[in-house]
Amino acid sequence: MGRRVPTGAPAGPPMTASPTPGAPVLRLTGITKRFGPLTANDAIDLALGKGEVLALLGENGAGKSTLMSILFGHYTADAGTVEVAGPDGVLRPLKPGSPAAALEAGVGMVHQHFTLADNLSVLDNITLGTDPFWRPWQSRRAARRRLRALMAESGLSVPLDRQTGTLAVGEQQRVEILKALFRGVRILVLDEPTAVLTPQEVGQLFQTLRHLTGQGLSIIFISHKLDEVLTISDRVAVIRSGRLVGERPTAGASRGDLAEMMVGRPVAASRREAQAAGETVARLARVSVPDPRGGTPLKDADLDLPAGQITGVAGVSGNGQGALGALLSGLAAPTSGTLTLFGDPVRRHDAGRFTRQGVGRIPEDRHRDGTVGDMTVWENGILETYGSRAYQRAGWLRIAAARGHARRLIADYDVRCPGPDARIRLLSGGNMQKLILGRVLETAPRLILANQPTRGLDIGAVAFVHQRLLEARRRGAAILLISEDLDELFQIADRIAVIHAGRLTQARPTESLSLRQVGLMMAGEEADNAA
Amino acid sequence: MRLEPRQDVGLVLLVAAPAGAIVAALVLAAIPLAFAQVSLLDAYRLMATGALGGQFAITETLTRATPLILTGLAVTAAFRARLWNIGAEGQLYAGAMAAVLVASHAWIDSSLVMIAVMLLTGAAAGALLLIVPTLLKTRLGVDEVVTTLLLNFVVLLFVSMMLEGPLQDPMSMGWPQSEPIAAIAELPDLIARTRLHVGFILALIAALALWLVINRTRWGFEMRAVGANVDAARFAGMPVGRVMLLTAVLSGGLAGLAGVGEVAGVRGYLALDLSPGFGYTGIVVAMLAQLNPLGVVASAIFIAAIFVGADSMGRALGVSSYIADLVVAFALLAMLVAGLVTRYRLRRG
Repeated sequence: MGRRVPTGAPAGPPMTASPTPGAPVLRLTGITKRFGPLTANDAIDLALGKGEVLALLGENGAGKSTLMSILFGHYTADAGTVEVAGPDGVLRPLKPGSPAAALEAGVGMVHQHFTLADNLSVLDNITLGTDPFWRPWQSRRAARRRLRALMAESGLSVPLDRQTGTLAVGEQQRVEILKALFRGVRILVLDEPTAVLTPQEVGQLFQTLRHLTGQGLSIIFISHKLDEVLTISDRVAVIRSGRLVGERPTAGASRGDLAEMMVGRPVAASRREAQAAGETVARLARVSVPDPRGGTPLKDADLDLPAGQITGVAGVSGNGQGALGALLSGLAAPTSGTLTLFGDPVRRHDAGRFTRQGVGRIPEDRHRDGTVGDMTVWENGILETYGSRAYQRAGWLRIAAARGHARRLIADYDVRCPGPDARIRLLSGGNMQKLILGRVLETAPRLILANQPTRGLDIGAVAFVHQRLLEARRRGAAILLISEDLDELFQIADRIAVIHAGRLTQARPTESLSLRQVGLMMAGEEADNAA
Repeated sequence: MRLEPRQDVGLVLLVAAPAGAIVAALVLAAIPLAFAQVSLLDAYRLMATGALGGQFAITETLTRATPLILTGLAVTAAFRARLWNIGAEGQLYAGAMAAVLVASHAWIDSSLVMIAVMLLTGAAAGALLLIVPTLLKTRLGVDEVVTTLLLNFVVLLFVSMMLEGPLQDPMSMGWPQSEPIAAIAELPDLIARTRLHVGFILALIAALALWLVINRTRWGFEMRAVGANVDAARFAGMPVGRVMLLTAVLSGGLAGLAGVGEVAGVRGYLALDLSPGFGYTGIVVAMLAQLNPLGVVASAIFIAAIFVGADSMGRALGVSSYIADLVVAFALLAMLVAGLVTRYRLRRG
């Protein structure tokens, strides 16, 4: 994903505390935080230099978010201190447990999920909360003047008078960054900032970040995408199970080094062996379908899903994936065109019916659609099959059978949990996904819809999901993999189609496509121009 | 100070929290009692004996608890599936009116058959009254809190109209009340010369049955899934609209039964003061029981005891019996706090 931008970072010996470029603007010393028996942060020492990009790398649940929450005063550390440099460059302890103090000291954060009011103008979003509460009017004119200057200085440009909800995701992210700059931050924390961007937008973001660090801004870049970390950061700090397990200059590091530091063992990437396509299991013929959640509808889509192949759909989130997912989940009926499943045109679009016919569905949002958080593991295990004779007789649930089933899933799919009676809410995202995966795959479905199956999962869990999907492919299942992660698609998909503004391109063999091409198509370029 | 969720809730805490809430409610009720300038010791002693002292007091409490158990169960069933039925009061009156309509003349010889027909009709009337708002909710997205709440007033005015008109008892000297139901339709007393009737046993059976339905059947599984996460239920292929409708039948039916019980077990006829807000109090009963059908029995008896005890204390000391409403309100507030305490722990810093 692009060439590494040259920086002044010294190439020190690996795995040692490296000197920071410029004076430190932030120092964390001995940060420890416990939640009951769990130690989320264990004596973490970390420093950030002026003008530096420090990548904070770690799997889900490693303790990155806890550490940042302590920095912002959302949590109070059980032990340790946070020191932030003032404008004069002298480090001073930050008052613990006070978000206001963190803001005051010049620490800002751009969250993965933006915190913008869609119905307000860009200008209002940026100034929101900066005016004193008791002053009844806004100082719009002064704010506009300052923002103009800021935009010129930082190279970030956004239309100040547009309604924020109408902006593209990349623009909204620029609004978030400007919002932080407007508050005079000297330290900016970016939480998984590239998750919602096209490769081209990522490139733009990185240019901006380089520009800002050149002006003295210091950045903490939280990510689990290794390529990006290698591209943008000067230094990498890796957190695993609450401990800082390594810290090194980025220069000279390889993907493999970082992955190993993150997971604690070598990780083998899943490989797909060539396999001939079987008969067509599902076919979309000029299908238009609305998104039940009001997102972009799918327009006139043609797509064949052959057995024994993984067909990938690439696209920036919100371009019609919701409608496509809903169609194949049985939640939405086409307004025109036909969906053919297993040789017969579908007349009744009904989720339960789809499942019984052999469509396995992994939902995009495992918390919202995949599981009932307040129910137990065994109840979630039979969420789709509770009506079968295996789990009920004459309307009475066969609880012992369902518990046994959950125990099998836990064992076969390596679901880490206290047992079948644990509430699923208490499971980590990865374990929740493994349970859903098991629930879907154990019925040996002939068609599998995997909608963002690895979003938010750590490397180990991602590899697990990939391996299981490849196994299902080997068994002869047709798989539709909707993903925003291009690396994932290029790794395991046989064919890739691109979705943009509700239009689905023809699926082409992965080998015939380049990352750049797919990236341009995701931004709406025609396939031929993108070639 | 901040709240952190507890990983697991111990059994001791689960039992101690409601008990603590009740004690807190009684302590808080001391404030208005002190204003009324009566001895607190006397007041609570009279309340206790009025509610539980002797056979008569106990049967009065259980009689009062009977409709509260049924409306509490009605609310429990609905709320479990996130169907916000605030209309148990109206459904109770619908059930009561249906009972009067089928049972004011003995057109069946067998008492057992007569009572069965009356119970079924009453339940059906209550169910029908909830089906309409539920269909409006599932089909058109109309907020059922508003519709079920407002239907209460519609039903009450309709009952009032009927009692002033076609249903009015010619022997009532102009009072708006119905003809008494036939003697063979009356629910037999459990204990002679008290008001406690077999409706209490029916309510206990209903509680057990609802517990079984919710926790042990496929239908209850669907209800709980729809209630806890309707998106996941729909994704899993559950017929959400049908589940809501069946829940409405169950909930409205239970509230209708409460009305039948009051007419056929206690009053013998229908009047506008049949229910002193049993439908609304049912919400409090269900919340106190944390939507557990077996807990509903306990919380209904507790609330009934407060009402009966406060009535008798008020008469003895000349204090307004509204004190009962205060104790119940305090108990609910304390229970909500107790619920918070069981789910979260307080952390300093």
